[in-house]
Formats: sequence, C-alpha cells, structure tokens
Amino acid sequence: MDSSFCCCCLASIGVLNMTKSNEPIWWSLFSAGGMIAAMVFPVLIIITGILVPFGLAGDDPLNFEKIHSAASHPFIKLILFVIISLPLFHWAHRFKYTLVDVGMKSASTLISIVCYGGAIAGTIITAIALFKI
Amino acid sequence: MSTYLKPVPNTWWLKRKPYILFMIRELTSIFVAGYCIFLLILIFKLGEGSSSYSNFITTLQSPTSITLHIISLIFVLYHTITWFNLTPKILVLYRGEERISQRLVAGVFYFTWTAVSVVVAWLVLGF
Repeated sequence: MDSSFCCCCLASIGVLNMTKSNEPIWWSLFSAGGMIAAMVFPVLIIITGILVPFGLAGDDPLNFEKIHSAASHPFIKLILFVIISLPLFHWAHRFKYTLVDVGMKSASTLISIVCYGGAIAGTIITAIALFKI
Repeated sequence: MSTYLKPVPNTWWLKRKPYILFMIRELTSIFVAGYCIFLLILIFKLGEGSSSYSNFITTLQSPTSITLHIISLIFVLYHTITWFNLTPKILVLYRGEERISQRLVAGVFYFTWTAVSVVVAWLVLGF
C-alpha cells in the first residue's frame, strides 16, 4: 500500500485497517465535520453572504442583542463550538491528503502537524472566543 | 526486495475528468475551513461588544465579502452533494438481513438537509 492515492481512497472508504494508528480518530473527526459542513454551511453562507447583505432578511437582521443573548446560552455555545471545530478537522484531514496526493508525500509528517495542529489551535481559539461571550 | 513503483507526476489529477472532479471535491475543504474562520471571527466580534459586532455585520455588504461568500457557497454545495452521494456507499446499514438501499440513505440525507436548512434559517433570522 505504497501509493498515497490508493491509500487515501482505501482510507476514505474505511477498509484500510492500520494497526496502532491514530488514523481512526482523525477519520472520525473528518467524517463528523464533513457531515456538519454539508448540513449547515450552505444555509449559513446563504444567510451571511446573500440574505443579510441584500436586505432579504428583514430589518436589522443578526441584531446584536438577539444574537448575543442566544449565544450566551451554554447549549447554543456548545452547538457553535461543534459547528466550528469539527469542520476544521474535516479540512485538516482532507487537505492533508490533498497535499500528499499532489506529490508532497515526503513532507507528510510536517503537513500532518500543520493541518491537525491548525485544527486543534482553531478549536482552542473557538472555545476561548465562546467563553468570552 | 521492494516493488518498483512507476513515478507518478504531480499533475496526475489533470489527466482525466474524474480526477479533476476528485481534486475539486478535495479542495472544497479549503472553503469549509475558510467559513469556519469567518464564523470564528463572528463569535469573536460578538464577545467584543455591540459596536465591534455591528461593524462586522456591516462589512458583509462589501463586494469582497459577497464575492467570497458566493464562491464559498458553490464549493460548499459541491461538498454537500458529493458527501451525500458518497456516504451511503460507506454507511452500510441493515434492516434484518437486508441492506438498506443506498438511495434511501441518500434520500434521508437530502431530506434532513432541507429540514435543517429551514430550521437554521428560522432560528438565525427569526422568521
């Protein structure tokens, strides 16, 4: 299983059984994040990128008081945390393999550190930002 | 003894249409991460207070913001569609002895997506 492309394909359909590997952890986070991004990102992008700027969402959409009081609730904070953090891990895992696939296999350890490290850093910053609301 | 592997050029993915589509699918992750950062900035501004947050909401009207949002939307929709079409192949569910059809699983995903979108829009915008 030397070909990274083959490896990626097999890993992405879940048949590659690597012993003593942390692959399942990253793969679970990748899948969960991918599902969240698929489910909620299109509607959120339509809201912040089209409905709000073109005035199609009524007067004073995303009003500070309303959003602030909602985001102060611990349950909403948890949802926001999950919605931001898990898709970051989705990016990390997928982007890592993309770089490996375009010939950066020799730097895969560094790529892993940057990608997963970036997602971990983003998760920590998200937690801090939510804590401050 | 090791197997000889023919070197693969780094541009292998430009050779065939399915490879290009595969690469586009992989690159959607950049836009997913980009929108995560946008949401992170949004909650950060929310914590800073009313004026900081309101200024940020005003910048959503800028052509740069709208352009980035529309490009992101195209890529994220591509992610959603490829994700919903691929996941049923991996997610093998059984009802008794019989495997639940992939089309049914995909259908459930599309239905849930629609419902989630309506609920999120309703909650966020207070329709």
